[in-house]
Amino acid sequence: MELRAYIIRRLLLLPPVLFGVSLLVFGILQFFSPVERAALYVRDPKQFANIAEIIEKYGLNAPIWEQYINWIGQIFQGNLGWSKVVSMPVSEAIMYFLPATLELAIFATPIIILGGIFLGSKAAAHKDRFLDHATRVGAIMGWSLPTFWLGLMLLMVFYGYFSGLLPPERLSTEMNILVHTEAFTEYTGLHFLDAILNGNWQVLGDSLRHLVLPVITLTVVNIAFIMRLMRSSMLESLGKGYILTARAKGLDENTVVNKHARKNALIPVLTVSGYIFVAIVNGVVITETIFNYKGLGWWAWQSAVNLDIPSVLAFTLFTAVLFVLTNLVVDLLYTRIDPRVRLGGRVR
Amino acid sequence: MIKLRFWLCQLRKNPLATVVACLLISITLGLILGLDWGEGFDLWSIVSLVLFNAAFLFVLIKRKQLKFWFHQLRRNPLSLVGIAIILTFIIIAVFAPLIAPTPEGHFDPYQIPRDGYSPVPQPPSEEHTFGTTQGQYDIFYGVIWGTRSAFQVGLIVIGVVLIIGIVLGSLAGYFGGIIDEVIMRVTDIFLAFPTLILAMAIVVALGPSLNSVMIALAAVSWPVYTRLVRGDILAVREEDYVEAARGIGASHPRIIIKHILPNSIYPALIMASLDIGAIVLAAAALSFLGLGAPEGYADWGQMINFARNWIVGPPGDPFAYWYTVTIPGLFIFMFVMGWNLLGDAFRDILDPRLAKR
Repeated sequence: MELRAYIIRRLLLLPPVLFGVSLLVFGILQFFSPVERAALYVRDPKQFANIAEIIEKYGLNAPIWEQYINWIGQIFQGNLGWSKVVSMPVSEAIMYFLPATLELAIFATPIIILGGIFLGSKAAAHKDRFLDHATRVGAIMGWSLPTFWLGLMLLMVFYGYFSGLLPPERLSTEMNILVHTEAFTEYTGLHFLDAILNGNWQVLGDSLRHLVLPVITLTVVNIAFIMRLMRSSMLESLGKGYILTARAKGLDENTVVNKHARKNALIPVLTVSGYIFVAIVNGVVITETIFNYKGLGWWAWQSAVNLDIPSVLAFTLFTAVLFVLTNLVVDLLYTRIDPRVRLGGRVR
Repeated sequence: MIKLRFWLCQLRKNPLATVVACLLISITLGLILGLDWGEGFDLWSIVSLVLFNAAFLFVLIKRKQLKFWFHQLRRNPLSLVGIAIILTFIIIAVFAPLIAPTPEGHFDPYQIPRDGYSPVPQPPSEEHTFGTTQGQYDIFYGVIWGTRSAFQVGLIVIGVVLIIGIVLGSLAGYFGGIIDEVIMRVTDIFLAFPTLILAMAIVVALGPSLNSVMIALAAVSWPVYTRLVRGDILAVREEDYVEAARGIGASHPRIIIKHILPNSIYPALIMASLDIGAIVLAAAALSFLGLGAPEGYADWGQMINFARNWIVGPPGDPFAYWYTVTIPGLFIFMFVMGWNLLGDAFRDILDPRLAKR
């Protein structure tokens, strides 16, 4: 019963937060003059000639609450404005760039989570021995690495020194042309998946080759974080009574670590899944900029540098809404996974 | 004399008062010495300022305490490395005018001098120790004065965020009720955004500049501190000594400042010291994206942005321009790592309970 109350309360919290998020984005929008804001509603660059009419038509000089209602209404209709960087409506641009970024995230997320968990539990099991110290130093260094620098250094070595072994961008020129021909059907927009569905191994190899460096750049810093978290959580769980019991039963060390300790140590790691989402979204902007990898992050960067307000704010709103929903899912999953929460213990 | 002793004793008990006292000393001394705060500081006045503050803190700290700190530090050799790194950077920042003198007739010391306008970087030479980057900006000068920019960004942002966090966190934690609810819901909203994305949007709204970057970073970092301080205050609010202070009729501000904060502020301070590196890293990232300092300003992130087009050298010599990206990157890396290690040291010193098991 208590669980259901918790879920209902958690769902009830969603609308106020989303409302607040929209208010904040609207607040940032208010930094701009009505003329600049009129650009939000311009779909065709030619319309800029009639900017005064547009201001009048959309009531950009109206009282602020009226403006907010107008603005939010436009957003609910899917009209997020015009992205001048790519010359298409913002909502279309998001859908256009999303697959490229998804492709990155699909490879990076499992590596971050599984790699971090694996290294962290190894470090905890070998506490105060060589492996523990090595991973600790590695984590501090990884944690301090500027991602953009790492990416450029990787490019310097694998693109420069090994002459084009692992190049930037999404696909090489020929493959890019091939992908957009009749012979190649784009089912999802994710190149590696499309290549598999089309049975075209050349495109598959090429897209994977282009993914290696961005994925490394995205993962290194975050693996360090998950690893340290997993290590301390694992150490805590190794000190618990049931571990002593398991050892006293005469179980071998591997079973104790892998079966008894790790499962319980995983719970705090789940709690920070929200963090992983943020890390990936933040990282994607920098990574895609370095590698000229045309995805959402690259688009956001281009929009920001060109002071393309509607695109930047739409991207901010989009990621924030996604983040809020991610957190909701994590919280609900939490109740399913941790039996102490499920059975009505400490929910908050 | 006895009166002085009493004041020192009071200061010892309250870290917040110590920080305020240090600030006051710096400001009065600065006024006496006639420091020109705007333009790159006069060298010797900074040195005397630092020395005076250090002497003041030394008098304040008990011998026993000092011994304990050294003991804690020796247990963790990595934190000693962190202290060494940050001390080196402090020396670089303070002595920047001596290490990389501003050329004659060059007005703004933070503007990197350029030797011509050719876009092609020049390798290290007698004249340019680390070579020049795109647009003939001197790399050596840039990284040395960039240290000052990095300290400025990191310390100012963290200072502002700490003040906001402590004030709002104490209000929310101590008074509770509707104040608490409002402040916490506002933090909820700020925390609903991916940090770098929100910072980027704010920078775009304010117009790209170093100040906008600092404002944006402060705007995205304060909620975490507010929550942290609030939580710690909730933990001590019901302690007996707070109840006792309330019983003898102490006012709310007095209870918060004298009784609650000194016992609950350390986690926020520890986090601040761990966060300086992250703040500098985020600022460098924004500069790298082209949203930070104006062109030619001594700033590490921007120098890496300059290097973007020169990662791969001409055919047959792929590492021809290695210095453009490697050197500024190493400075950022060492700076951030220094703060991360130092944060660990602070944690060991300020809160031995949290020290690594």
